Amino acid sequence: MKDFVRRFVRNRAAVLGGAWVGILLLVALGATWLAPMDPLRVGRDAFAPPGSPYLFGTDNQGRDILSGVVFGTRISLLVGVLAALTSSSIGIVVGAIAGFYGAWLDGLLMRLTELFQIMPRLFLAMLIIAVFGSGIERIVLVIGILGWPAMARLIRAGVLSLKEQQFAEAARAIGVGNARLCFRQILPNALPPAIVMGSLDIAQAILMEAGLSFFGLGDRNLVSWGTMLFNAQTFLHHGWWLTVFPGAAIFFTVMAFNLLGDGVNDALNPKLRARGA
Amino acid sequence: MKPTSITLSTFILRRAAQAIPLLLGVVIVNFTIIHLAPGNPVQVLVGDFPAPPEVVQTLRHDFGLDRPLWDQLIIYLGKLLSGDLGYSFGNRQAVTRLILERLPATVLLSGTALLFAAVAGVALGVLSSRRPNSALDYFGSVFALLGFSMPVFWLGQLLIIGVSLGLGWLPAQGMVSLRADPSGWGRVLSIGQHLILPAATLVMGFLAMNSRVARSSMLEVLRQDYVTVARAKGLSERRVVYRHALRNAMIPIVTVVGFNLGFLLAGSAFVETIFAWPGIGRLLYDSMAARDYPVIMGIFLVVCTGIVLANLLTDLAYAYLDPRVRYD
Repeated sequence: MKDFVRRFVRNRAAVLGGAWVGILLLVALGATWLAPMDPLRVGRDAFAPPGSPYLFGTDNQGRDILSGVVFGTRISLLVGVLAALTSSSIGIVVGAIAGFYGAWLDGLLMRLTELFQIMPRLFLAMLIIAVFGSGIERIVLVIGILGWPAMARLIRAGVLSLKEQQFAEAARAIGVGNARLCFRQILPNALPPAIVMGSLDIAQAILMEAGLSFFGLGDRNLVSWGTMLFNAQTFLHHGWWLTVFPGAAIFFTVMAFNLLGDGVNDALNPKLRARGA
Repeated sequence: MKPTSITLSTFILRRAAQAIPLLLGVVIVNFTIIHLAPGNPVQVLVGDFPAPPEVVQTLRHDFGLDRPLWDQLIIYLGKLLSGDLGYSFGNRQAVTRLILERLPATVLLSGTALLFAAVAGVALGVLSSRRPNSALDYFGSVFALLGFSMPVFWLGQLLIIGVSLGLGWLPAQGMVSLRADPSGWGRVLSIGQHLILPAATLVMGFLAMNSRVARSSMLEVLRQDYVTVARAKGLSERRVVYRHALRNAMIPIVTVVGFNLGFLLAGSAFVETIFAWPGIGRLLYDSMAARDYPVIMGIFLVVCTGIVLANLLTDLAYAYLDPRVRYD
């Protein structure tokens, strides 16, 4: 663990990403105090450029963009983390069962994984939300349910190799049951790469939520960065600030989670980094 | 030669057979959504449009909605196989025709982006791999990070603000200028001008991905013994890299290019929306706004079929690049 922390801290880009994620967490928690005004408050100063009193300017309805960006942090992080947790949990269970039990169960689960990988997530998410209706819980659920295949494949590969190792043989020899061997002995050893993928999944989920909102499928009762960009699309010629600030928030947040994921990966697999691969 | 061609055709048939259950799975997903949707299936088949009672009755009969679920699936499948993707009450047109009309624009946009991302991505990756940790390599890394993190819809908006509205260099909306010569080179030129910004927006992420995969794949191959032998034989570095190493390094690159068609089409949906490009992505956006479910589902099916076919082609490209694949 000490080595991991030492290697991680040496990677400046990863530390920067981690710091940005930390700041975002603080902003999300303190949004009520940090935002200068209510992000949904309609004002008379439509399209006010950045300056005083609106640091990031206002939109077509005079709503403060800085406040929107601050409150949008909550939605992005909430959706990103919850959706990634959902997809990771499904992927870990499916991958562990497929890898450990093998035979027809593996075949069946892998065909299911292939099916989910074939279907473009964004299109299917759009279809489901368009038909069943929007809402933050549904968005989290849909992104989470559609995002598990890559995790399942990763965990399956890990379990497949681990179950042949001596410690697994030894556990079997002393009579450890299948379920216990799979989930208590083998799975924990297959999890480290999942942490990296989980971090990248958060980035993907944030992008996906923003994408759905950009298509007008976001939760209309909440302020999200994607909804702000959706709104900006109609008024691009009125002011760059309508699109630049919410978009930059998505961009830097996704980049931060990518850097964090890469940093954890490099710290977990120092040999890969040394090879420059 | 003959045994190889027999093996290859068997390989093609086997891969094609594997694609059928996947397509069937996609159809079942669509069918399930129709039946699990709130309200009744007719609502999904019609969309949010007032449909006369006789139309509703006809739909009930045509889709066998009063028959067992299994029969309904067979009927639905039969309709799809005959090319009937339903009817759009919003557009007053058959969905299949609507999609076919829009498909060329999407193919032009996505194809341009795919081609450019593949060629430029491989070039950047190969050059980076020849000088790891050089300035070019760092540029490649930074570019990749930007490409992976940049939401395509934001990049599109930024390009419109900067290049179209700010500098006035390129058009921001549509596929062809209404003032352009309706036929001949004037039209081609106009389409080309309109294509630059949307294609550039779409290329970014894929260029980043391809360049990184090409780089790591080349690094891996360049370390192998046969490359050392080729160098030891006195072959020029150019020949070693481009004739011997690149062909083997292409296998993972082909995978990325082929298996990411879904991402490309999703990106295309955003780009077409932002730039009012008249393809199926824009159609999807308009149908989403109008809750025109038959069109949304039709597009989903067409896109999934395209992805399955692209994967099939990718597998065939494997067989061409690496003959050992055929014996797997």
